[in-house]
Amino acid sequence: MTDSSTQIPQVNPPMLSPMALAVRRFRKHTMAMVGLGILVLLIFYVSFAGMLLRGYCVPLKQELRGEAWANCNDTGSKLLPPSSEHLFGTDVIGRDILARTVYGGQISVLIGISAAIVEVLLGAVIGSLAAYYGGWIDNILMRITEAMLTIPSLFLLIIGARFFGNSLPSVYILGRELTGSVLAIVLIIGVTSWMYLARIVRANILSLREQDFISAARALGASDRRIIFVHLLPNTLAPLIVSATLGVAAAIISEAYVSFLGLGVQGATATWGNMLDGAYRYLETAPWLWFFPGTLILLTVLGINFVGDGLRDALDPRSGRRM
Amino acid sequence: MTNYILRRLAQAIPQLFIISIILFVLMQAFGDPIATLGGRIPPRPEDKERLRRQMGLDQPVYMQYVTWLVGNDWNKIDMDGDGISETPGKRTGILRGDWGNSLVTRQPVIKMIGERLPNTLLLMLTVEVIIIIFSLTLGLVSALRPYSVFDNVVTGLSFIGYSMPVFWLALSLMYIFAVNFRRWGLPYLPTVGMYDPAVGKTPFELFKHMILPVTTLSIISIAGYSRFVRSSVMEVLGEDYVRTARAKGLRSMLVVGKHALPNAALPFITLIGLDLPFLLAGAVVTERIFAWPGMGRLFIDHTERADFPVLMGILMLIALAVVVFQIITDIVYSFVDPRIRLE
Repeated sequence: MTDSSTQIPQVNPPMLSPMALAVRRFRKHTMAMVGLGILVLLIFYVSFAGMLLRGYCVPLKQELRGEAWANCNDTGSKLLPPSSEHLFGTDVIGRDILARTVYGGQISVLIGISAAIVEVLLGAVIGSLAAYYGGWIDNILMRITEAMLTIPSLFLLIIGARFFGNSLPSVYILGRELTGSVLAIVLIIGVTSWMYLARIVRANILSLREQDFISAARALGASDRRIIFVHLLPNTLAPLIVSATLGVAAAIISEAYVSFLGLGVQGATATWGNMLDGAYRYLETAPWLWFFPGTLILLTVLGINFVGDGLRDALDPRSGRRM
Repeated sequence: MTNYILRRLAQAIPQLFIISIILFVLMQAFGDPIATLGGRIPPRPEDKERLRRQMGLDQPVYMQYVTWLVGNDWNKIDMDGDGISETPGKRTGILRGDWGNSLVTRQPVIKMIGERLPNTLLLMLTVEVIIIIFSLTLGLVSALRPYSVFDNVVTGLSFIGYSMPVFWLALSLMYIFAVNFRRWGLPYLPTVGMYDPAVGKTPFELFKHMILPVTTLSIISIAGYSRFVRSSVMEVLGEDYVRTARAKGLRSMLVVGKHALPNAALPFITLIGLDLPFLLAGAVVTERIFAWPGMGRLFIDHTERADFPVLMGILMLIALAVVVFQIITDIVYSFVDPRIRLE
């Protein structure tokens, strides 16, 4: 029945909401669907693989599960190549790399999403304030934006990482202790990446501001805050969603770079990034140290970029052709 | 035109001042440069005190900034710690060409940057030339046959290239072409540094040492750039004047070469122009992995030691270059594209 209905040429296609049209375009985007598939697999991996993880921790003389196993350092079995006992091998102090990629993945994804939220909040607020009020507010905010764009982003990240250092307190989320450096990395990445988004939002709102529905809202006595957050920002949702998605990928890569340079998340907490710290010294002797976390980062970023590209085409068909 | 340049410069100068003040203040939180000095034998407290005075670190932040900016040669400073300022200052400040001395090596910052800059430029300019050639070719061919097998393969590969973390690609290339090639008895590539000390500073050695870092950086950038070229060529090919050119029977080669390409190249010129100053920064991660003695490594090495004169020197050099290149790009653009008028 459903098969035959799709074959009948419809003279009057049913009116679809813009959202339904976007979903339809997204589902036709092959690469986006592949990306979504990769991401779903990875989310399963970091969320549920931990339940299957267990091992006998020699120094503690007991069988450990989950995160405790990921943090068990058995110096007697350091730098072991992948085997049936340690599928991904062990690191320089004898921790199981498979377990660490699972728990590190949770932190890396958490950092990516949180940093993207910080980025979008900052970019949306700064861009809309600059465009809505114009004048000297616009001038100051855009000068700050330009100033931050003149310093290469990795340098900004390094300065931020040194600035925050270990000054932030630990927080507890979902029963796990996150050291202050996780919070610091989220803030640093968010604070150093909002500039392009702010410019996009500003450009969009500059043109929206002149339209009739804004004059109508103002005539009805809506406050500035209401106009910005209820009328203007929702109309520029498409670039916000796309930037947020791609921002997660960029943040995961940024975390990896900062950690690779030894300025990232400190302590026992694993992230995909800090698993790579110093791994290049074992290029010849222990390639599994960098190969597995690196490949997981590559797959995650690739999946997010595919999805982001599909979202761009789906939400804003005009901009999709440009890049 | 002159008016335009002057106005842009007038905007840029306060911007550079603000950047320098913010960076200078941020760097105060990097830690105590004196604490990391001394090596194995920690200096005595009175020695630390003396060092601090010699380097001017005992001054409040705003005085340190003023000294860094315009120098202290009109002033007398207290060198021996007796509360009386007796020694005339020697610094002339960055505005008069004195970039200060490194707190770690005591060498002039300008000399340290001068030693690293050619290495970085050699690496990055080579990369830039390769990027331009490959991304133009790939992007153009993709755009002329959109959604063909070639285009789809290039699209897929560029997404992978674009998503690849630099260190992953660098380490993989090193593992294949240096480690495994040597194991298999094949001719293998060197991994670190610019020269092999056993062979000496020959151009061929340099070339061999450049292959891996250049490949790493090129692959990642070509991915993004070729997408950019493809989309701008495709956009131009849809324009009315291209249809007109085809309609009057112009050969395809001429349509693309004379009408489409020059117009599609305009945004590419902007992109390159705005990217060029960032070449000065080098590639921090790549330089670190391949032990390439460039600016990026200078920056990261001296971040660890809170050596702020060196860091400020590098950052301000880049900021200045960015501002200057933005203006140059705008001017070049107005020459290449007569539709654009600078007021």
